[in-house]
Amino acid sequence: MNNKSKNAFLNYGLVIVFFVVFQALLSTGNISSLLKGLLVPMTAYMILAISLNLVVGISGELSLGHAGFMSIGAFTAAFVEGVILNNIKMEGPLSKNLGVQILIFVISVIVAAVFAAIAGFLIGIPVLRLNGDYLAIVTLAFGEIIKNIFNCIYISIDETGVHISDKNPSLDASFAGKMILEGPQGSVIKKVSIFAAGIILLLLVLIIVQNLVNSKAGRAIMAMRDNRIAAESSGLPIKKYKLMAFTISAAIAGAGGALFALNSTGITPKQFDFNASILILVFVVLGGIGNMTGSMIAAALLYILPEMLRELDVQKYRMLIYAVLLIAVMLITNNEKIRALAGRVFKKKDKVSVKPEAGKEA
Amino acid sequence: MSEKKEKEFVLETNHLGIDFGGLTAVDEFNIGIGKTEIMGLIGPNGAGKTTIFNLLTKVYEPTRGNIILDGKDTHGMNPAAVNQAGIARTFQNIRLFDKLSVEDNVKIGLHNHINYGLFTGVFRLPKYWSEEKKAHEKALELLDIFGMADQADVRADSLPYGAQRRLEIVRALATGPKILLLDEPAAGMNPSETEELMKNIKKIRDDFGIAVMLIEHDMKLVMGICENIAVLNFGKVIAKGSPSEIQSNPQVIEAYLGTKKENA
Amino acid sequence: MLTNLFNGIGLGSVYAIIALGYTMVYGIAKMLNFAHGDVIMVGGYASYCTMMYLGWPPAAALLFSMAICTVLGVLVERLAYKPLRNASNLAVLITAIGVSYFLQNAALLIWSSNPKVFPNIFNMPFFQGVTASAASVSADAAAADTASSGVFSVKQRGTLITIVVNLIIMAGLTLFTSKTKMGKAMRAVSEDRGAATLMGINVNRTISMTFAIGSGLAAIAGVLLCATYPNLVPTTGSMPGIKAFVAAVFGGIGSIPGAMIGGILLGVIEITARALVPTVPSDIFVFAVLIIVLLVKPSGLFGKTVREKV
Repeated sequence: MNNKSKNAFLNYGLVIVFFVVFQALLSTGNISSLLKGLLVPMTAYMILAISLNLVVGISGELSLGHAGFMSIGAFTAAFVEGVILNNIKMEGPLSKNLGVQILIFVISVIVAAVFAAIAGFLIGIPVLRLNGDYLAIVTLAFGEIIKNIFNCIYISIDETGVHISDKNPSLDASFAGKMILEGPQGSVIKKVSIFAAGIILLLLVLIIVQNLVNSKAGRAIMAMRDNRIAAESSGLPIKKYKLMAFTISAAIAGAGGALFALNSTGITPKQFDFNASILILVFVVLGGIGNMTGSMIAAALLYILPEMLRELDVQKYRMLIYAVLLIAVMLITNNEKIRALAGRVFKKKDKVSVKPEAGKEA
Repeated sequence: MSEKKEKEFVLETNHLGIDFGGLTAVDEFNIGIGKTEIMGLIGPNGAGKTTIFNLLTKVYEPTRGNIILDGKDTHGMNPAAVNQAGIARTFQNIRLFDKLSVEDNVKIGLHNHINYGLFTGVFRLPKYWSEEKKAHEKALELLDIFGMADQADVRADSLPYGAQRRLEIVRALATGPKILLLDEPAAGMNPSETEELMKNIKKIRDDFGIAVMLIEHDMKLVMGICENIAVLNFGKVIAKGSPSEIQSNPQVIEAYLGTKKENA
Repeated sequence: MLTNLFNGIGLGSVYAIIALGYTMVYGIAKMLNFAHGDVIMVGGYASYCTMMYLGWPPAAALLFSMAICTVLGVLVERLAYKPLRNASNLAVLITAIGVSYFLQNAALLIWSSNPKVFPNIFNMPFFQGVTASAASVSADAAAADTASSGVFSVKQRGTLITIVVNLIIMAGLTLFTSKTKMGKAMRAVSEDRGAATLMGINVNRTISMTFAIGSGLAAIAGVLLCATYPNLVPTTGSMPGIKAFVAAVFGGIGSIPGAMIGGILLGVIEITARALVPTVPSDIFVFAVLIIVLLVKPSGLFGKTVREKV
């Protein structure tokens, strides 16, 4: 087994250990209700971080509007759930019908990924003609546009079918249908996704992304990142591969958004604004650009951190502490003296750890 | 041009030229390269040699003239299409995929010869394994030309300078070209490395049966392996011919070798 | 229509002043200073507090908030950005976002999330520098809200003042960058930092100076913005900040006239769209126009296209 596949399997193992530990805590009841409620959204953000890392780390383009794709997935899931619940007859509440829950989850995630992929493809065509900071600002612009579109759409469903409008039909006295998306108020959702489903989705996403990176297409995407002109001169159709990375990333973000939405009781467009995009970017940068393991760990820790601070006495200062930690981590990890020191320490460690391994093989 | 016989040339240019703003960088560049010919392109700094490579590979779009590759006009092709049609190149300022391994750099060259799609790659169907295995073996075989197979797993940017230049040649060769354009392949190499390189360029030409066009300042290399030489000055060809003809051409001595003597 | 154009130029002038800060910092330090919008907010609160709690006249409050923001800008640059001069762009971007969170949350702790109603300074004898007590300020604001005809003229006066201030700043900055030694040093650093260092220009001082000017301008923008949209909250600066950033890119980031034109165009588009299609959020049009402009001119209206050397 070479280093690349070793790394890939390390990540699968990490996710499984993560699942087993928390599942054990869950079933023995040794977990606070706050943390319990955070597990699925945390998994969703791990998926989002992997998705953005595909664009930022592997493809080398800065995207500041990733929450836009997440919101497309989230609202698609709300829509799919609404349609399914409207067309299915079941006995008792949804929480007692596991089969319906699984149906809703699977179809929602698939449709969400497809819709987000279509959006990613269409947005990618103009965006990827630009470079550097200009590309980044246009992704920001698209993210804001998506948020604002959801802010002014009203979708309702009744016996005659689905209705889309720019006015709120529920304000009308004769309205007899059910609202799916209510402009700035967003969507009300019946919770269906559970931790295990999130972990399965996360594993699937990891397999897709890691296999992609170690395939012909992934090599081409990384080659473009390292040197566009050389990649082109080596016969790579660079537009195709850039668009491929962007579209796949959008699809994954959509799936993550669906997971996030289906674990909540409601979502609003404002949840997926610029700050959400930045939050995901922070996970990717702190976890290490291009490093999938790092992205997952950073997403998990940084998503939990502010919520954990909520439980302590420092509640009032939690976001302030978060901001200071963010700045401090950036300053420390980029300090040349500390970097040099870390380089020396880790090299020594490497040498030590290499020896017993070599001994084992012999 | 009466001695030009259409079919013998793998690459041919007619009245090729490019202007940057008002400045004419290359003008009336007419040349024909035989199917297994090694041709040198020499001239003082700023004469437009690299610009010609950029024109041939479509990094720049020509303002005038046409480029005929193996009987086909490359008009309207982008750099990727030109490469697929049969022109591969190296760069004066080395352009490797720094963060990829040496082997993966070569595999990028092999990209269009690896036959499996996105789905097969992502879900690792049997075709993925067989094609990747083939690519791996082919990459090692190509690296072996320069004795670099044992460095396959090293990151490209950690190679020494000379090895980086050699890797660029291997990567270009991997794309399966009909003609190889080498931009100062011996730059930064010591005399024994240059000697080795000369042998290898000849070997590549013989083993792969392709044409080579090279830009080089090392006259020992140019005169040693090129069958024909074109001399460029101020964007125009001032002389063409065999090494001995070029060495005795008064215009060349004045424009190029002449200045060299003054410097020396 | 004319009123819309007028109001658009007014709002655009505020964007332009903020965009100047973005564009100058980008041109010289090559970084996207996402915390710039929050400096505006600090400027707003600084002038609010001095006027409401200390009863300072608006002119004095403005000068005070400019001083506060200038110090803040330079301090942030020294503490957070300067150590990252050689780090990756992304590291600097994340740090700037950290600073932005910090300022917003510090403001939240100090002033809470309850909106502060900014006094309508345009309704006061602003240029005569007459002292207005806190009581009369709030009375004036209340009066302005009720008397509809009064509101209109006051609003117009405010817009006019904003436009004039913008023109003065623009003229001043153009003179500064073309005539003064420091201004020329700034242009040199923005052109080629390495070469500027070799010519003996103190790059660190130049960058500090840029942050000082940009932040001082942000304070002015903050006061003008709050005078027009009087609800002051800790996130007041973020959306105008993002839009001003868009304006800077729109005009060609790094270009001073570009920021100006970009800002004004953005304001006009926003106000016109709001008037013509009130059901659709005007931001959709603002961002859509940005995308179209960049697709036609990939480096903005006044940006330079750089060809990669092969």
